[in-house]
Amino acid sequence: MSKRVVMTGNETVAEAVRQINPDVVAAYPITPSTAVVEYISQYVADGLIDTEFVTAESEHSALSACIGAAAGGGRVMNATSAQGLALMWEMLYIASAMRLPMILAVVNRALSGPINIHGDHSDTMGARDCGWIQLYSENCQEVYDNMLQAVRISEHIDVRTPVIVALDGFITSHAIDTLETERDEDVKRFIGDYITLNSILDTKNVVTYGAIDFQDYYFEHKRQQLEGLHKSAEIIKSVGEEFGRTFGREYGFFEGYKLDDAEYAIVAMNSAAGTIKTVIDDLREEGVKAGLLKLRVFRPFPAAEIAEALKTMKVVAILDRTSTAGAQGGPLFSEIRSALYSESSRPGIVNYIYGLGGKDLTPEHIRYVYDTLRRIDRTGKIDRLVDYLNLREEGGQD
Amino acid sequence: MKTWKELPLGGIIKDVGNTKDYITGTWRTERPVFLEDKCTQCFMCCMVCPDSAVIIKDEKVIGFNYNHCKGCGICAVECLSKPKAIEMEQEEQF
Ligand code: SF4
Ligand code: SF4
Repeated sequence: MSKRVVMTGNETVAEAVRQINPDVVAAYPITPSTAVVEYISQYVADGLIDTEFVTAESEHSALSACIGAAAGGGRVMNATSAQGLALMWEMLYIASAMRLPMILAVVNRALSGPINIHGDHSDTMGARDCGWIQLYSENCQEVYDNMLQAVRISEHIDVRTPVIVALDGFITSHAIDTLETERDEDVKRFIGDYITLNSILDTKNVVTYGAIDFQDYYFEHKRQQLEGLHKSAEIIKSVGEEFGRTFGREYGFFEGYKLDDAEYAIVAMNSAAGTIKTVIDDLREEGVKAGLLKLRVFRPFPAAEIAEALKTMKVVAILDRTSTAGAQGGPLFSEIRSALYSESSRPGIVNYIYGLGGKDLTPEHIRYVYDTLRRIDRTGKIDRLVDYLNLREEGGQD
Repeated sequence: MKTWKELPLGGIIKDVGNTKDYITGTWRTERPVFLEDKCTQCFMCCMVCPDSAVIIKDEKVIGFNYNHCKGCGICAVECLSKPKAIEMEQEEQF
């Protein structure tokens, strides 16, 4: 029996944490994820959860405390944004290399500089090679559902890899949305008990974490670390299916919106998907076969599945909410273009950088993208492989 | 040596203390030489050695473990005996 509730994204993260009732939350608040940490500390103070809440003096320390607690055999959670995630960088790699399950809710925010507090994906995209699983969420419902599934994915015996659950700063974290939450006991049953493995607190079976590792074993350990990410793909899939059977909302690597028969597709992550769907509905009424591939799982990257879904399209636009940083395009673009390379027939493909520092993405911008895709299809000509949406410049679309 | 599939998860070490099997003495350019007759058994060298390479037997310092002593010379500087009971010598002499 689910309950229809009204919450902000931050409150949704905290509600999932309340129901999960982790052993340890070590966190340092930062905009726009501050409210997550505030809610959790309130729940602890009110005795709603018996979590050990550690107020760290920095995000680096917060994640370090989480790593220690996870190595000690606890179910561990944390939340951050932008500079906070950047300050955790060193420890992100260490958490994943130690194969420690934990969940980090990242409320996406632009990395400085220039200094900015609004939403874009530069923080989690920068952390894409840290060895963490990354799940993205369009709205509060997906935030809630991803949080619960992340527990099962991260702690699975074949995975034992930390998970980032990402949601857009302000648009999702602060806007009030309706969603269905499940009963505490049903959530408890779904997530199951934590399986402690190689705890540093087990004095009968003493283990060392974080020992030095040179030419003799470092490479082997890195290869082994990858295996957790590789195997997580099938676990993400099976947990998503089980979640569907249990709560009626099934999840996969991505959601296709009117994608099967589409000719022109946009690929995007997080809250932009809502705006894109609205435009697709309008375009469909006008007879334009527009579709969306909304990516949920960025790491591990489901390359084969995405290629399969996109190979029949005529032209595809990849929307990246981060700078290209001198690469051939945004990270999503580079991944997808590469994924399509081994297909015998490939769609035309272009990249749009959008929404940096919280810049608006309106239906007009989406419509402009679909118009461009149709023009590319008509003329066979791509003027700009990588372009910018809603950027003031001469000759720009705005 | 083990393949990546045979290693314990996450680079953990289950046979704790296996550092003793990891020989680092070959990194040394100078070695501490123990002069037993000058030693007052103050144990300062044991406390300051960063590699736990001072050998103690029957509550007495008897020399250095050259498999792990990296030759940093801290023990020789800190030795409280006068004259000192530790001298640093060029490694190639041995
Ligand atoms: S030289 Fe350095 S490593 Fe060697 S015994 Fe003395 S203090 Fe220890
Ligand atoms: S510091 Fe010098 S005197 Fe003291 S125990 Fe060591 S060698 Fe002997």
